[in-house]
Amino acid sequence: MNKKALSAPYVIWIIGGTLIPLALMLYYGLTDGEGSFTLSNILAIGEPGHLKALLTALLLAAVSTLICFLLAFPIAVLLRRVKRAKGLIIFLFLLPMWMNFLLRTMAWQVLLEKGGVINSIISWLGFEKLRLINTPGAVIMGMVYDFLPFMLLPINNAVSKIALSTTEAAYDLGASEMQVVFKVVLPLSVPGIVSGITMVFVPALTTFVISNMLGGGKIYLIGNIIEQEFTVGDNWNLGAGLSIVMMVFILISMLFIAKFDKDVEEDLAI
Amino acid sequence: MKKHGALRVIYLVLIIIFLYAPIFTLMVLSFNEGKSMGKWTGFSLRWYASMFSDEEIMEALGNTVFIALVSALVSTVIGTAVCIALPRMNKKIRDAFLALNNIPLLNADIVTGLSLMLAFVAFGVSLSMGTVILSHITFCIPYVILSVRPRVKQLGNTGYEAALDLGATPGQALFKVILPEIRPGITAGFLMAFTMSVDDFIVTHFTRGAGVNTLSTLIYGQVRIGIRPTVYALSTIVFVTVLIVLVLANVFQGKGARARQGKRI
Repeated sequence: MNKKALSAPYVIWIIGGTLIPLALMLYYGLTDGEGSFTLSNILAIGEPGHLKALLTALLLAAVSTLICFLLAFPIAVLLRRVKRAKGLIIFLFLLPMWMNFLLRTMAWQVLLEKGGVINSIISWLGFEKLRLINTPGAVIMGMVYDFLPFMLLPINNAVSKIALSTTEAAYDLGASEMQVVFKVVLPLSVPGIVSGITMVFVPALTTFVISNMLGGGKIYLIGNIIEQEFTVGDNWNLGAGLSIVMMVFILISMLFIAKFDKDVEEDLAI
Repeated sequence: MKKHGALRVIYLVLIIIFLYAPIFTLMVLSFNEGKSMGKWTGFSLRWYASMFSDEEIMEALGNTVFIALVSALVSTVIGTAVCIALPRMNKKIRDAFLALNNIPLLNADIVTGLSLMLAFVAFGVSLSMGTVILSHITFCIPYVILSVRPRVKQLGNTGYEAALDLGATPGQALFKVILPEIRPGITAGFLMAFTMSVDDFIVTHFTRGAGVNTLSTLIYGQVRIGIRPTVYALSTIVFVTVLIVLVLANVFQGKGARARQGKRI
């Protein structure tokens, strides 16, 4: 038996499940309804509605990626020092990730709704109810909540790999705690940080679920436009063209990750 | 160092609260007598009762588990097979394989889902539960490879060659030497694939046939018309199940293996 033959099903699956579908996406995006070549589906990104959706998505994704990083990096640094029950504590941070994504997003809807939990508490305290749901803030909240583990995981893997002797050496040489964090730990965890940024930015940029559930159909992201073209709008060529534009940003992220991080596989290992 | 100790604990606790408050809220509301999202009107198990008698929910639950089981099984077999073959290939092909493996991992789900849908339509395959399973296998394989490959790398080639020298057939060497050695990786890959499948909404959304619902698509449909409290009961059950499974997986896998592997859930 030839061991190489064991890779045959995988090769078939990669070709049938990844390469052909992506080629079709390109084909649809670069043709019109009759099948002749056109760039109009791509250039359609210039239309005000589409452009606004793309820019909103880029902005919201960038803000939530930044918030995720600002939350996750200190967690990883603090977890490094935990001595007792370390496994359990990391488990606690990652557990919500395993719960269904839709349920997690729905939970925020329940919290933020007009008659929801937070507003009930606010009015019970005697304050005026706030408009929380259907705002960009609600969408960012959902993105941060849903994708925080994707930032935490690679950063924590990178930070925990830094040998204790490395940071101890820095302390011995007179570095302050802040200096150790910013001049030793931070630079050494760059590969993990880059992975984390990509793994939060890409799903946030392309989501249509979070904006739909927490934006109440008022906040249109590029993902919403594409989803609608493929479902209700029924213009697949346009949807594919806009997907290609979106994929350019995904591709940039992938190149970014490839430049800084040689071992993506390890970062995703849980 | 000591003086900030309390602040550190407070920070970690605040994050934990942020992570669990939404889930906890759903759990509390699932025991609420009334339908209100914000008012507690008394303890009741009625939403659990109506959840278990709700055929739509039960069917979606069945579909979700079935799809996840089949996709996880098939993707585990395919992913494990290619991992065993990888060390035998020349470096260029191997690198190409691993680069291709990253595409579904790093690509956006919406692109994966839509491009698969286009492929099904182009080849005249009508969308059904079968197309959902095929699509789930596609995005599960990379996660299996992620879990199994480090084990195969660690194993090296000596055991396999020793088995051959001692007269084992390649088949025997595979099943009696290689597979038992990499079993923890295979188990982890299977669990990972299973969870990814259960967690998925976007790919399912685009590749399912009319009337095929998983938990995710069912909830998405309800969110638009108003969430029913039965879904809170459902989410409580899902969370508790996930918790139990993960704790069990940790207990079984953790023995010995964890020390070598780092923090693997």
